[in-house]
Amino acid sequence: MTTLHPDQHAAGRLAGLVPDPGAPRPWDPVTGDGTLVDDAYGRAPLVLGDRSFGSVTDTVCGYVEKGPGRWWMPTFLISAHVAALVPLMVGYLIITGVGVWGLNNRIDWAWDITNFVFWIGIGHAGTLISAILCLLKQKWRTSINRSAEAMTIFAVICAGLFPGIHVGRVWMAWMLFPIPNANGIWPNFRSPLLWDVFAVSTYFTVSALFWYMGMIPDFATLRDRAALRMLQQGGPVPWSARLRAYAFGLLALGWRFSQRHWQRYEKAYLMLAGVSTPLVLSVHSIVSFDFATSILPGWHTTIFPPYFVAGAIFGGFAMVLFLLIPSRELFPGMKDFITLRHLENMAKIILVTGMMVGFAYSMEFFIAWYGANRYELDVFKNRATGPYAWAYWTMISCNVISPQVFWVRACRQSPLVIFLVSLAVTVGMWFERFVIIVSSLAQAFLPAQWGMFYPTPVDILTFVGSCGTFLTLYLLFMRFLPMFAMSEIKNVMPQANPHAGHDHH
Amino acid sequence: MSTPHANAMNGNVYATEGGAALYGMMAEFDTPADLTHAAEKVRDAGYADWDVYSPFPVHGMDDAMGNPPTKLPLVVAAIGLSGAGLGMLLQWWVTSVDYRIVVQGKPYDAWQPWVPVLFEIGVLFTAFTALLGMLAFNKLPMWHHPLMKKERFLKVSDDRFVIAIEAADPKFDPQKTRDLLAAAGGKHIELVEE
Repeated sequence: MTTLHPDQHAAGRLAGLVPDPGAPRPWDPVTGDGTLVDDAYGRAPLVLGDRSFGSVTDTVCGYVEKGPGRWWMPTFLISAHVAALVPLMVGYLIITGVGVWGLNNRIDWAWDITNFVFWIGIGHAGTLISAILCLLKQKWRTSINRSAEAMTIFAVICAGLFPGIHVGRVWMAWMLFPIPNANGIWPNFRSPLLWDVFAVSTYFTVSALFWYMGMIPDFATLRDRAALRMLQQGGPVPWSARLRAYAFGLLALGWRFSQRHWQRYEKAYLMLAGVSTPLVLSVHSIVSFDFATSILPGWHTTIFPPYFVAGAIFGGFAMVLFLLIPSRELFPGMKDFITLRHLENMAKIILVTGMMVGFAYSMEFFIAWYGANRYELDVFKNRATGPYAWAYWTMISCNVISPQVFWVRACRQSPLVIFLVSLAVTVGMWFERFVIIVSSLAQAFLPAQWGMFYPTPVDILTFVGSCGTFLTLYLLFMRFLPMFAMSEIKNVMPQANPHAGHDHH
Repeated sequence: MSTPHANAMNGNVYATEGGAALYGMMAEFDTPADLTHAAEKVRDAGYADWDVYSPFPVHGMDDAMGNPPTKLPLVVAAIGLSGAGLGMLLQWWVTSVDYRIVVQGKPYDAWQPWVPVLFEIGVLFTAFTALLGMLAFNKLPMWHHPLMKKERFLKVSDDRFVIAIEAADPKFDPQKTRDLLAAAGGKHIELVEE
């Protein structure tokens, strides 16, 4: 290769060997923004724009200090109004009773549990990126982990809403937890529904701890910048800088970037990644036990735990891409951190997990036939040809067929195509849960039990409200918290290597 | 600003010209490579009460500083496993002692259904211990520190690299420490007031 590898370019510029180009890197028809190189000798650069450490800090802190731009406030207001549907609909539900939903005696789990499983699944990509890719030393995770972890937490908040209100008498929901009470009643520790309570609440807590711990150094950076501004400002200090200095100062806990602290911090981070990895696998496995341990045909299968986990990662990555692709257009400079290579890597994960999910769909049919269980075979025949066939084929087209475009290089490198596929996958994954839950209940053992489920406006608006809640929380995150793990991004830049300047790494 | 106090080892009292007690001396470096080489020099000079400050954990810095491995993993393992044991105890007591109800005709003391909750409680204890233990070992939260009063030090969180040697170190000597930091390539060497 005659041209310099981008890593060498950045290292050379810092050493004064290569002149500063000044202008942004020109678009290359083969390598796109410069990251789509198929160079066996090196890896694609993780940060573009020949950035110094200082310019990473300036850009990422700039999103918090200057705000994301004019689009933010209208978007926030709209999504906050949509989110307001949740208290309205839930309030109406509590005052009136679960009869306001379309549930009936045959189909007693429908949109509520579909939405629960949908949202809890969305969360899984964040933990996969922050924990599993951390253990696998995948350095490209550093620019997407913070926002994906945020999505995990917001998705679990949305998920937690549904089982809470679906118990009917919401004011008794505290009995889900083993709290000593005057009635002397304890929860049943042999029930998967109770395991779910523990799995989801642990998942939320551990994700929040992981997220907060990752942000401590970045809070300290924001604190120091605000403090410097207060020290250097000649005239009156703007209230926003003062507020940032105190708020981020409080949250940073006095972090001062000491190496003796970093040593324990990195060890603690690794241990959190180590326990989050089995945790994330356990959460959706336990969610699948809610179904798999019942005797209902269509639910009672041993393939559910791995199938649900693969589906959760699939749907979660789709949501990450669905939010990050517009973000990188809206925020100046974000394309330097989330490069085309990042998008391509995630598109490949979508393809792999989509194939796993497709394999699980076909294996369910194979076992229904091979297992010679008459009821199970009928349930699956009904799924593909019965009254819910439209939902089933929507699921198949969105989840199995649409990701196949990623076999084509041009498609998995095009942000627009990836965006459209991730939208399709998000829709498809909602339908997957709907198909599993509702179509199995709609035609159980006896024809006398058969019936259809029709959602009421309350069902629909509660789900729409949960989407608004998710988006509102994400918009607040983008506005007020560091969107990128600055210390981690700096650590994977070529000039962070203490041996930079030598020929070998 | 506190009154000057004596160094525990050599009995010297260090103060700035303004009369304030001395916390130590800080020097700045430009790159992780410079910082690593300087840290090796400070380590070899035999200092104990000193630290390196960098915007991200520099690879190999623990060796360059001679830091012993942290005991945090032992604490986390002990508390995490105790948490899992408590989870087991809670489920055993509830299911087979205090609130015995027949569920699917299974024995009251079958341990297999307790595994998921046992695991989740163990993870919960582990995660809290990892975060809180890290903070406790680091003596955080501590919202004040002499170094944070230095304007130059506030740039560490951006792109500067700093070594600070405390006046409490037995080998600290205003002139020799300054010479060492200068020889190691340190710039903007400053005294830090307590």
